[in-house]
Amino acid sequence: MCRLFAITSKEPLSPMVAVQALDVMREGHDGSGVGLFLRDLGGPFEDIKDAPILSGIFSDKGLKRLDTYMMDIGFMTKYKLSIKVPKKPPAGIPRRDVYLVRAYEYPEDWDDMPTAEKYEQLVSIRLELRRMGLEKDDMKVFSFWPDVIMIKEIGDPWKVAQHLKLDRKELRARVIMAQGRQNTNYDINLYACHPFFLQGYSTMTNGENTAFVPIKEYLMGRNVKGYIGYQSDSEVFTHILHYTQHVLGLDIENYKHVITPLQDADLVKHPNGDFLRHLKNSCRRLIIDGPNCVIGCLPDHSLFMVQDRKKLRPGVVGGKPGIYAFSSEICGLDAAIAERDKSKDFQPMHLDTVIVGPDRQEVKVCCQTEALPHQLSA
Amino acid sequence: MLPNRSITPSTLCVKDLPWQILWSKDKCTLCGRCTATCPVNAIELGVFRKRTLQTALNLTGTPGNVLAVYHGIRQKTDPAYACIGCGMCNLVCPNDAIIPARSDEFDKLRYHIDRGGQPRRRGGRRNDAGGVLDKIKFIRISMLTDPALDAGRHEFEMRTLLGRVLPPEKSLQFQQENGWIPPVREIYPLIIGGMSFGAMSPNMWEGLQLGVTYLNEELGIPARISTGEGGCPPRLLKSRFLKYVILQIASGYFGWDEIIHAIPQMKEDPCAIEIKYGQGAKPGDGGLLMWYKVNKLIAAIRGVPTGVNLPSPPTHQTKYSIEESVAKMIQSMYMAWGFRVPVYPKISATSTSLAVLNNLTRNQYAAGLAIDGEDGGTGAAYNVSMNHMGHPIASSVRDCYLNLVKVGQQNEIPLFAGGGVGKTGNLAANAAALIMLGASGIQMGKYIMQAAAGCLGSENDRCNICNIGLCPKGITSQDPRLYRRLDVDEVAQRVVDVYLSFDTELKKIVAPLGRSTSLPIGMSDALGIDDAAAAERLQIKYVV
Repeated sequence: MCRLFAITSKEPLSPMVAVQALDVMREGHDGSGVGLFLRDLGGPFEDIKDAPILSGIFSDKGLKRLDTYMMDIGFMTKYKLSIKVPKKPPAGIPRRDVYLVRAYEYPEDWDDMPTAEKYEQLVSIRLELRRMGLEKDDMKVFSFWPDVIMIKEIGDPWKVAQHLKLDRKELRARVIMAQGRQNTNYDINLYACHPFFLQGYSTMTNGENTAFVPIKEYLMGRNVKGYIGYQSDSEVFTHILHYTQHVLGLDIENYKHVITPLQDADLVKHPNGDFLRHLKNSCRRLIIDGPNCVIGCLPDHSLFMVQDRKKLRPGVVGGKPGIYAFSSEICGLDAAIAERDKSKDFQPMHLDTVIVGPDRQEVKVCCQTEALPHQLSA
Repeated sequence: MLPNRSITPSTLCVKDLPWQILWSKDKCTLCGRCTATCPVNAIELGVFRKRTLQTALNLTGTPGNVLAVYHGIRQKTDPAYACIGCGMCNLVCPNDAIIPARSDEFDKLRYHIDRGGQPRRRGGRRNDAGGVLDKIKFIRISMLTDPALDAGRHEFEMRTLLGRVLPPEKSLQFQQENGWIPPVREIYPLIIGGMSFGAMSPNMWEGLQLGVTYLNEELGIPARISTGEGGCPPRLLKSRFLKYVILQIASGYFGWDEIIHAIPQMKEDPCAIEIKYGQGAKPGDGGLLMWYKVNKLIAAIRGVPTGVNLPSPPTHQTKYSIEESVAKMIQSMYMAWGFRVPVYPKISATSTSLAVLNNLTRNQYAAGLAIDGEDGGTGAAYNVSMNHMGHPIASSVRDCYLNLVKVGQQNEIPLFAGGGVGKTGNLAANAAALIMLGASGIQMGKYIMQAAAGCLGSENDRCNICNIGLCPKGITSQDPRLYRRLDVDEVAQRVVDVYLSFDTELKKIVAPLGRSTSLPIGMSDALGIDDAAAAERLQIKYVV
């Protein structure tokens, strides 16, 4: 089983806060891998918020191919953090040449391009790099987006963090998501490692998605760039989130109505019953069947957590104004934010979505049976 | 040379028949119930002459013999009266003195059943047991990585949609713009498929309707039933129970005069309209109600004279192209109910199913596609059509589903599969397999006749005389002397039993797969089969 931890803090934090939280929850994961998502970055990235950052793992040859490709399309390196590691990694961690975190300057001819179009292009470039990397097995690209860094590796999270020396100033961030475990029902593959990222949306999941195949088939038929991969059954959660918000233009409160819609009797009583029935019908193939706890981050830097209808996975949120954390287990929360009012810790149940907004002032709980904050923006 | 014995080419002996009557002289009480009940008069009172030798035990006596007669049962060997194996004689016999037994070899009757140049016609089924559905196993059992669910105590939502579902983008857009959103029904995935009033007896029909109503009103299971092509009694058309009924229109348009005229008086809309273009049991052939069954009541409902054969044309005569048949007809039917009722076509499975489906994907009104496989049953058809025509349901549904996946419309056009589902009794397993291959729901016919009314038919050519109105159980007869054998309430009770047990079994299948929140449509990763060719064809796992 995976263990998840996410934190949002006014002050930038070291990723080690999250890795430590995973470490105290080590009884709950098998130490087979770690994935980190960092956003709202501090350190040197603070001043270049708009610059797209490429995160990935490269062989020396792959790095050269990357450079050539990026130069060709006009991207210039603005800042780079190349994590060089000892030639001999600790047991259980594969040998890599370069863990790359590199911020780019947009090409000059993109100056007049609308942001939305720029972002579309960024997705295309990441997908092309991923394709090139798979072709020669020399690069793995996790994200290419402003103000976002992703690090993934196979092995025990704590050992990986030590090996990569993650406790460095450059990697401080205000929003951090971390997941421990790489082992899946499918192949061991870094592209199967959560969190997943697409166009500003990121999620990680605890549990297995038993409706994976029909959902995957449905998403792949949407003709949306980036709905590929699916080395893990958890990747669909990111794409459903992207689909709900980015494609359909619905708020986060609707996400749960897409993945685990209310049953008939509840829909009849719901103030937005008609809208939700149509949503349930048209998004029926996106209904997940858990057991899953999903933690995600939205483009506006909000963090959220939802449970599936069965609520068979653990998940808790707690903290204080300025700093809140989402964790699979309370011990993870304790490790990260010891000084908090524990009586206010909240464990979302089968109808709940909990959200901590970008202001980090409170935990907002949305119950599915309540009215939606506002329906479609006209 | 003239024959000097009265043996004609079609003179058969009991051994040549498919069923032999075994009769015990010791047990028989000569009550005559068996001969009275036999639907085809295959047995009659026999007077047998028997010689008994009488030999003296001493030396003086003279040996002799006594000629005597005894009475018993004689099986007729004329092909017109051949035993059909229904076993009613056994059912009524107070002493179990009589039973039909299947011949140990191919019968010779089959070569002589076309006397008068009329090939065999019958009702029932395709006399072929087994099939790929029974071989499919559910292999993706939740083990440790995710918890298997408790079929008895967990919350399940086993529902499906019938109706054209808009893609999410369009649904949202139409809601904003107050556009037309096609009607969609959320129903139970097991539907009682089209069996007409006429093909079935009034008691059978009423029993099924009553059972379905009880499921809906008392148990909250949204079961639905299709009328088949034969109209619908006016009392039902004007009742609030019409919402549980799918009205079928087919190429004979029987009963539709009555239906159209009843529209202004309908309290509820019907669940849906099914346009029948084909039927699995006799693909390419229209419906057939033989004259035996066209009595006054049936004639009135269908709007025809009594006592005539009612063969529906193989195709809708006024429609000569798929565009006309499908697009225009679907729109016309929508229009009749003010665009509030889903309308979908039903076809027999065929290697050209995909062409129909592709046409439907471009028709924004098509509310689904029902596909009927070769194992479907019928009230009357030519034997050759039943046994040799048609396409298996599994690969047809799978092809259609994968095609919808390819064009991203698998949620928009629900597929309903029928034809042989549960033909060996495995209703829930067969249904679940078809659902995981891509069907949104299942239509059943023969199964409910067997389970709810005790139909005697089997895959071994037993009974199968639905066509001539002599159904010994009163299921497919229009003769009150026969159908009064069927108790309406008992049929309804059995319908409820079938649905409840099906529901439990379905949960027993999906719960270990970790599914409960939605029907696992297209969950092909759960399926496996120990037949490599079938696995490849259906794109599921090959397991040994």
